[in-house]
Amino acid sequence: MSKKRSAEEYQKTFAFRFFRWLHGEKDPYVGEVEMRPQEEYHVDEEAILRHEKEHDAILDRVYSEDNIELKAFRRLYHVTSILFCLFLIALLLVTVSYLPATGTIERPVNNEVAVRYIESGLEETGAVNIVAGMILDYRAFDTLGESHVLFVATITVLILLRMNKKGSQGINDRIFEPKNDTILQLVATFLVPIIIIFGIYIILNGHLGPGGGFSGGAVIGAGLVLYLNAFGFAKTERFFTEKTYKWVCFFSLSFYCLAKSYSFYTGANQLHSVIPKGTPGAILSSGLILPLNIAVGLVVACTIYAFYAMFRKGGF
Amino acid sequence: MTAFQIILMGILIICAISVSFSKNLLNSILIYMSFSLVMSILWICLESPDLAITEAAVGAGITSVLFFVMLKKIQAIEIIETEKKEASEDE
Repeated sequence: MSKKRSAEEYQKTFAFRFFRWLHGEKDPYVGEVEMRPQEEYHVDEEAILRHEKEHDAILDRVYSEDNIELKAFRRLYHVTSILFCLFLIALLLVTVSYLPATGTIERPVNNEVAVRYIESGLEETGAVNIVAGMILDYRAFDTLGESHVLFVATITVLILLRMNKKGSQGINDRIFEPKNDTILQLVATFLVPIIIIFGIYIILNGHLGPGGGFSGGAVIGAGLVLYLNAFGFAKTERFFTEKTYKWVCFFSLSFYCLAKSYSFYTGANQLHSVIPKGTPGAILSSGLILPLNIAVGLVVACTIYAFYAMFRKGGF
Repeated sequence: MTAFQIILMGILIICAISVSFSKNLLNSILIYMSFSLVMSILWICLESPDLAITEAAVGAGITSVLFFVMLKKIQAIEIIETEKKEASEDE
């Protein structure tokens, strides 16, 4: 049994201050820093005119036809750019000439890495689809980077395109939408479930056939965009908001990180991994590839929907 | 390389050139979409269905949709329509 504390006692605890900081309820400047009203800005018309005159005079002097420096600079610029291009072409041609000739044994295509992937890929990863085994087992670190790049890209778009809730009514796309388009709605009613189920199939079958997290997630995202176009933001906001996006991305990416750290640790140190490989060809097989595919697919689907929503109305 | 693949590659080159020379932004996006579709068929011919699915979903679907939204945001589509109206009125 925990003792119930009084409000005054609670205000002294760390938890109270932490949550107040988290929710931003207290402004650290109010009451602490001396604040004065801003001084009004005076427009000095004479100074503006003087600056304009000086600016025009400088422009006239710089861009006049008998400015020898500018002429020399332009000529130098042209010559340097041509020289730089020639240098770049020469450098690339010399580099290409050092590549091994087509068809020889020493080409990097014929080295032992690809042979290893093809020969023991099924045994080591348990995935029938060698491509999935490669990108989610041998080279899973690259795929983790790809998912994070997507996440960072969404954050950047969010910073650039987000609109304030106040005063954005004129720009808001939602008002100008043609609502209740019957043809589009009927087509979407039939197509959206099929598209989303196809996307889920691609994700879940990533280790058995062609496909995987990225392509399946893109298909699901396209289905969501179609649904959004047909039925509007009010319907999609019932199941997908900014909070959903945040938590789905957070859990998927951190699950990916943890799972892959585990498998890298056990793989590099010759430890026994508890995750069973299963029979190749079954849907529950190939160890971590299926859950990783699901994680990547969730991130990609959410990111594509988020991109579209932010381009359309600058938020979710 | 079969004749089918050679024809597809020819279409690719034509699309790639006409995207940059098309004056109408909407047309360039449509040509770009068809470029992606032809590309995805070519990926299947080259026996990489993984890439074909991704190319069809991302290249032909989502990128073009984002381009359309962006054109609407910068009001490029509407400007073209008004220009057409003015042109028809002049005639």
